[in-house]
Amino acid sequence: MRVRVCRHSATMRKIILIPLGLFVVLLVFLAIGLKRDPREIPSPLVNRPAPAFSLQTLQSGQGLFSPDSMRGKVWMLNVWATWCAACQQEHPVLVAFAREGLVPLVGLSYKEVQASDEPAGKPMNPEDKLAMARQRSLTWLRVKGDPYSLVAMDLDGRVGIDYGVYGVPETYVIDKNGVIRYKQIGAVTPALLEEKIRPLIQELNRS
Amino acid sequence: MTPPRFRLWGHRALLALVLALIANLGAAKEAVQVGEEPWVEARMLHLSEELRCLVCQNETLASSRAELANDLRSEVRGLVKAGKTDTEIKDYLVARYGDFVLYRPEVKPVTWLLWFGPFAVLLGAIAMGWFYVRERQKQTGHTALSEAQRARADHVLNPTDHP
Amino acid sequence: MIVELGHYALILALMVAVLQGVLPLIGASTRNWHWQSLARPAAIIQFVLVSLAYAALTYAFQENDFSVRYVAENSNTRLPTMYRFAAVWGGHEGSLLLWVEILAVWTVSVAIFSRQMPLAMVARVISVLGLISTGFLLFVLATSNPFERLFPVPLEGKDLNPLLQDPGLVIHPPMLYMGYVGFSVAFAFAIAALLAGRLDVAWARWSRPWTLVAWAFLTFGIGLGSWWAYTELGWGGWWFWDPVENASLMPWLVGTALIHSLMVTEKRGSFKAWTVLLAISAFSLSLLGTFLVRSGVLNSVHAFATDPTRGVFILIFLALVVGCSLTLFAWRAGSVSLGTKMIWISRESVLLSNSVLLVVATAAVLLGTLYPLVIDALNMGKLSVGPPYFNTVFVPLMVPVLFLMVLGVRARWRESTLQEWLHPLRRIGVASLLGGGVVALYFGWSWGVAAGMALGIWVILGTLEPAVERLRKPGKIPLSFFGMHCAHLGIAVMVIGVTLSKGYEVEKDVRIAAGDTVTLGDYSFELQRVTEVTGPNYVAKRAEVLVKRNGDTVANLFPEKRRYVSTAMPMTEAAIDTNLWRDLYVSLGEPLNNPAQEWSMRFYLKPFLLWIWLGVLMMVFGGLLAVTDKRYRRAVESRLAGAGVPA
Repeated sequence: MRVRVCRHSATMRKIILIPLGLFVVLLVFLAIGLKRDPREIPSPLVNRPAPAFSLQTLQSGQGLFSPDSMRGKVWMLNVWATWCAACQQEHPVLVAFAREGLVPLVGLSYKEVQASDEPAGKPMNPEDKLAMARQRSLTWLRVKGDPYSLVAMDLDGRVGIDYGVYGVPETYVIDKNGVIRYKQIGAVTPALLEEKIRPLIQELNRS
Repeated sequence: MTPPRFRLWGHRALLALVLALIANLGAAKEAVQVGEEPWVEARMLHLSEELRCLVCQNETLASSRAELANDLRSEVRGLVKAGKTDTEIKDYLVARYGDFVLYRPEVKPVTWLLWFGPFAVLLGAIAMGWFYVRERQKQTGHTALSEAQRARADHVLNPTDHP
Repeated sequence: MIVELGHYALILALMVAVLQGVLPLIGASTRNWHWQSLARPAAIIQFVLVSLAYAALTYAFQENDFSVRYVAENSNTRLPTMYRFAAVWGGHEGSLLLWVEILAVWTVSVAIFSRQMPLAMVARVISVLGLISTGFLLFVLATSNPFERLFPVPLEGKDLNPLLQDPGLVIHPPMLYMGYVGFSVAFAFAIAALLAGRLDVAWARWSRPWTLVAWAFLTFGIGLGSWWAYTELGWGGWWFWDPVENASLMPWLVGTALIHSLMVTEKRGSFKAWTVLLAISAFSLSLLGTFLVRSGVLNSVHAFATDPTRGVFILIFLALVVGCSLTLFAWRAGSVSLGTKMIWISRESVLLSNSVLLVVATAAVLLGTLYPLVIDALNMGKLSVGPPYFNTVFVPLMVPVLFLMVLGVRARWRESTLQEWLHPLRRIGVASLLGGGVVALYFGWSWGVAAGMALGIWVILGTLEPAVERLRKPGKIPLSFFGMHCAHLGIAVMVIGVTLSKGYEVEKDVRIAAGDTVTLGDYSFELQRVTEVTGPNYVAKRAEVLVKRNGDTVANLFPEKRRYVSTAMPMTEAAIDTNLWRDLYVSLGEPLNNPAQEWSMRFYLKPFLLWIWLGVLMMVFGGLLAVTDKRYRRAVESRLAGAGVPA
């Protein structure tokens, strides 16, 4: 008796190729993924108007600062704090850059007074917090150099939230119409200045 | 102000919260929820359980102890008290931090493949399975036993039928 | 000196692995008996060499040899001895060495327990395993050498990541790897069969015990990981759909499908191509998991210290292994026999359906895990896919799987009519629906609870009934019979645990000062005091919580917030009181700076949570029981009794 062995049809054979095909697609994506940083979160605020705020400044007696006052100029906003280690690393770069006078650099002091700074059992009132923040920041800038034309004090971090800050230091480039054109998450490096920020500022200054 | 409509997690929880509230009215010893008002707290937690902490990035906003998480939770509490809806609060955060902050991706063209993909795969798998079985039936049909052959087989396989 | 010896042993192991991977494989194709018989000795020698290397690294840890960079980065003189053993796999390099060691263990096991198989087959299997070994050994020696020296020698090491200093860690990775790596055996069997052109019932029978043991270990490993996350991380949950968790779940799902598919191939000679594909996929997913964890491609709490070079290496390895096997599959699978006619109302069709459902579930998990990467790669932004997505997509897919489980157990391999198959199940069906409804109504209605309980009861009754029926009949019952039932019951127990704990858990996030009380359900938690304590390598704030129920003291809980000497990160050590009916879970947060000296703390009451771990243990136990099936041992015994004739 002849035994007839049954085999897959042609269509079946094509279906059998599907796993291999899918795998190749997967490999391509994984390879691309190796070059990306999954922890970095691009900001949705780029090409949107910089959120408005009104804050006290570092030097007392200067009145409140608001981004509106920078209209007509290309400027940079640098979010920093004295307790932030990466800010210390980027600081010399900023000092050198500010010396060129290309654009005004406004600092945003983010939550300078931390919970651990407050005396145990007695939360500080806002005036005391502002005084402590000012004193610490001034001392620090005096020692390390001051690249800022002025510093706005965001003591409770609410302005930071409006700007999508999630990890200091962060730096924004804002154009003459008050629209955010670029956001850097993490420290500003000389390479970044050369490759991205300088060309952008030049372009924005032209328009 | 009466609280707007909201969803809680389970009736047991509601009971517990009410008890806690009642207990709180009298004794100063019952611990308070961090946010003072239970319904605000409940809505805040419900929302933050589906939001991503941006600092730790692998915890929900509800459970993260990072400082930014504390700040954002206060922010959400404020928005809840102001009467914003869930969608408005989520939009508020997405406007500042992007889609990254939502653990439940919105259903929009970019995520159609994500949300409808599994269903499509299921349909595809069923189709392929159907195909396979049909082919098998076609190819093996002729080897089915005839009545006489089946009777003989039964006879051999079930010896208890006869002494 | 010992460290250098370990290093040399590893290099020698690589050379042996190359020989092991190449010669027997060629020998099998050219019918060269001498080269085929090199397989077993090569496997044994490789095992000895790799074990020497592993022992050398362990020795370095025990002796606090900080001249070895890996030891300096992962250990510390104050680290308790038990954790010094575990620290060997605490970092990337050591965990890879563990991978290689476990692969060697599996390979040598195949060499020993394969007497009933023809030599050519054994040769091919061991060769494929040897090729995989070669890849991993190359990876270790080229990019991730644990034996690298450090100069100048530091006086003190950095310390093992405090998160990992927990009993759960001591066994979680080895168990997980036993599972992951164990699927390489099923993979090797499938490749060997494809190469030999011999995809038959015997192949399925030989594969199954290996797959079962790997599956059992993987189940245990995943369960341990969840348990550890629950007890150690302080967020009160046990599954987060984190990419690395998913990376272990996917091979598990496919592995489950594989076990049942092997059963069908063994009994009916059908689904051969599908079974082979599952075997290839299970191991491929293991490799993919290894890639995802170590390449930094996905955002995960588990990721090892990442390095792009390593990522590239693993990707190439993944491409080679999976690419070649799928190509081989495409080439050879087209010509396997289809098997006999398919009977619609049979165990076969139910198992096929569940197989498909499990694979679709795996595809859903894979899609969700990789989607952020895909969207980012296409420059379409950054989004997150988290628990809400996975719960929405995964759970509905599991409902039919649970339902069909009972039908599959009742169905016979041969034809049965719809009537005789489904009729007896009507009673169980009604009982399940009633049971689910009653529980939900009593404790607080929720559709989720009703459905979950109904499914759990359905599986329990549906699994117990045929078991009881069989027990009533005369005759000895092999242990392996209970394997399947135990494992299926385990799933039901776990489903009930998940349903009830998720449905009725109570959580309170409060500000609390010493002397205050929090109430959850019947239980009252009183914070008595917060003190400072010192451990071997940490300083901690410890809260003392007194738990009472209806006035009687139930437990004393001591949640801690530890600050390890080595890291600045504070670690939460949650306090849990467990019994069969509920878990009481307390975690200590931050001190709030106010006059009342309050602390933020979280309190949870989780009903039936222990059932989840019990269910997992039952599954593991069931899987191991099933391996004791006589059929697998009989062949071994008869071979050993007679003269060992090479096939």
